[in-house]
Amino acid sequence: MTTKIGSLRDLRSLSNAHRESVLLRMDESGKKSADGKINILCCAGTGCNAGNSGNIIKAFEDGIQEAGLGHKVKVIKTGCFGLCQKGPIVAVHPDKVFYTNVKVEDVKTILEKHIIGGEVVEELQMYDIDHETSEKIFDIDKIKFYEKQQRIALQNCGVINPEEITEYISLGGYEALGKVLTELSPQEVIDEVSKSGLRGRGGAGFPTGRKWQFEAAQPGDEKYVICNADEGDPGAFMDRSILEGDPHAIIEGMAIMAYAVGAHHGYIYVRAEYPIAVNRLRIAIAQAQDYGLLGKNIFHSGFDFDLEIRLGAGAFVCGEETALIASIMGKRGMPSSKPPFPAVSGVWGKPTSINNVETLANVPQILRKGAEWYSSIGTEGSKGTKVFALGGKINNTGLVEIPMGTTLREIIYEIGGGCPNGKKFKAVQTGGPSGGCLTENELDTPIDYENLVQAGSMMGSGGMIVLDEDNCMVDVARFYLEFICDESCGKCTPCRVGTKRLLEMLTKITEGEGTMEMLEDMEDLCNEIKDTALCGLGQTAPNPVLSSLRYFRDEYIEHIVNKKCPAHVCKNLLVYHINPDKCKKCSLCARNCPAEAITGVPGKEVFKIDTEKCIKCGACISNCAFNAIERQ
Amino acid sequence: MERLNAAALADIENIVAKHIDQPGPTIEILHEVQDQLGYVPFEAIQKISEATGTSVAEVYGIVMFYSQFTTEPKGKHVINVCLGTACYVKGAQQLVDQVERLTGAGVNGTSEDGLFSLDATRCLGACGLAPVGIIDGKVYGNALNDPAFTKAVKKIIAEEAVEEEIVEEKAEEKV
Repeated sequence: MTTKIGSLRDLRSLSNAHRESVLLRMDESGKKSADGKINILCCAGTGCNAGNSGNIIKAFEDGIQEAGLGHKVKVIKTGCFGLCQKGPIVAVHPDKVFYTNVKVEDVKTILEKHIIGGEVVEELQMYDIDHETSEKIFDIDKIKFYEKQQRIALQNCGVINPEEITEYISLGGYEALGKVLTELSPQEVIDEVSKSGLRGRGGAGFPTGRKWQFEAAQPGDEKYVICNADEGDPGAFMDRSILEGDPHAIIEGMAIMAYAVGAHHGYIYVRAEYPIAVNRLRIAIAQAQDYGLLGKNIFHSGFDFDLEIRLGAGAFVCGEETALIASIMGKRGMPSSKPPFPAVSGVWGKPTSINNVETLANVPQILRKGAEWYSSIGTEGSKGTKVFALGGKINNTGLVEIPMGTTLREIIYEIGGGCPNGKKFKAVQTGGPSGGCLTENELDTPIDYENLVQAGSMMGSGGMIVLDEDNCMVDVARFYLEFICDESCGKCTPCRVGTKRLLEMLTKITEGEGTMEMLEDMEDLCNEIKDTALCGLGQTAPNPVLSSLRYFRDEYIEHIVNKKCPAHVCKNLLVYHINPDKCKKCSLCARNCPAEAITGVPGKEVFKIDTEKCIKCGACISNCAFNAIERQ
Repeated sequence: MERLNAAALADIENIVAKHIDQPGPTIEILHEVQDQLGYVPFEAIQKISEATGTSVAEVYGIVMFYSQFTTEPKGKHVINVCLGTACYVKGAQQLVDQVERLTGAGVNGTSEDGLFSLDATRCLGACGLAPVGIIDGKVYGNALNDPAFTKAVKKIIAEEAVEEEIVEEKAEEKV
């Protein structure tokens, strides 16, 4: 049976007992720890896990046991390091060496050469190239991907073992909760959060302190708090990584929020598509209960708080507060009109506050380090940092956390390393299906809530998809509209019918059947939907269309007037043909054509594509070794 | 309508009994039924309706609303292709087309022989590996350019064909 933590002093002595082993992973100097212990950190987040990190961890454990090194080497499975593109990632401390793209076969080499032999395995090591001297940079703090970042919400991700509460505690975890419960009144907590300038990280940016104040002002003792972990934006994985890498931060944040608003019960509403995150949350909740950090009379303060997990079931609209509440109550997740706001009448008709995962991850640190510290980071109107999931046509796909005010250019080129294969940058989509695309001209905009809205997009929850010259903007807008049509709950007409009509027009344009009138019709309809839809999903659904019309109108016109897709994406507007000068008559294309549209005589006659039969699948292009097949 | 076997009916009953006392139990029950049986049969909807005192129509409405719940059993092999934005801009649609051609299963449908189900899923969060395909739970990254994914699909097709031949031969022997 675990000893319950009854006071800050208990917490600190537990923290001290476990600190040394964790601190050696963060040691700036990289010198060996006093007891000669080595920590091998392996990422066990979803990305690296898909890259087989589970077996890598097992191979390390087996290898260490075999070599009899158990007393001096420890394998720790951690959350996301951020650099998913180069996963699976393994870090060795205190040597501060980062290995990337590690395979199970490499484990033996790392153990023999590095752990036993003391020599770094250079061919696996992560590095940047110094542009001036062309030398390799191995120092992790000087590598561009990490250099510009400032980690607050992601502070513990990739550092601690998320399934071990003592590791979280050893780095100051639950210290803020202890301080809040024993030293501050609920109003003082709200004031501190308000002063910090923290705003909701789920998309709209509502001031967190003000939200809490609303609920705190409601009468009654039965109130609820909810963590919104229904991360639905396709291509965004910030919240998932926080839940996987640092689940206790969310539990602590929720407990603080509950104390501030006067709630005693909380729900974490998390997507069922995130099995690793759900599992780690379950472990974390059970551990916090064991240590008395959840449950009755926490820190002997008289404050009770407990938590349960509710699984989402695959509906994007459930990220909207009122829909989420309906779903928690076991109903169809359909939004309802506000007022009444959830702070007045939420889950089971009682006052409820909902905060997003990333928002809650910031809360413990604000209360530990102070509102002044937090508000010193960021811009005038947007304080602190923001986590983005950088994906699409970018060299360093991954998770980045930057102070507000950083420019898009810094994120895309300095942290992200630009577009791969020398392709030209075309646009960046922020805010997912509710946001918009921004072009080269907007790249120097400092990121904050207001600036992004002004530029025609929005902060959103943090998805950031980079598009290059090979992506068609009309097709991308159509993709988002298809998603929205699929996910519209059907309650209000503007969203149910309006987005469907938008999708039809967009589809026609991508099929070469568009007209110039459609562009104006679409704009009118977009504005109508924006003004009249019931919830945030509908009101923001036209954004991808409006922003691409604003910045890429020429591309729409090219589809309509010249029946051409400049990026060669829209199938109906493409023609495949074989360049006779390049064709080596090998017949590989004909053999791989599923439509039998290619004819010729192997070795004798140049091959030809019958455009009537061609289904434009691209199988010939990917099989031709001589680049003889062209798309126009 | 094909009746469920007794074991499945007992499973459903146990799951309903386990959750019925908590507030708003319907979705929790449906999750567990879906996990255990691979789909939500009509009998489960009936049971939930009786236990919670809501109409069959309302429970059915909930099942239809959420994409995680299906009322049809899945094929023997389930292939998922991620259609999150990061995968889409890196050619996930081509990947879907490819799987459709190879297996004969339509998007979010099952092939006529019941061998394959093809699900276009929402973002799986493995954006660093885009585009991502999953065959029976095994993740394949960069699935459009790396032939490992297509090879794995073709391998299953070949293995199933052999299995079918054996079954046919045995049937013939009996005759």
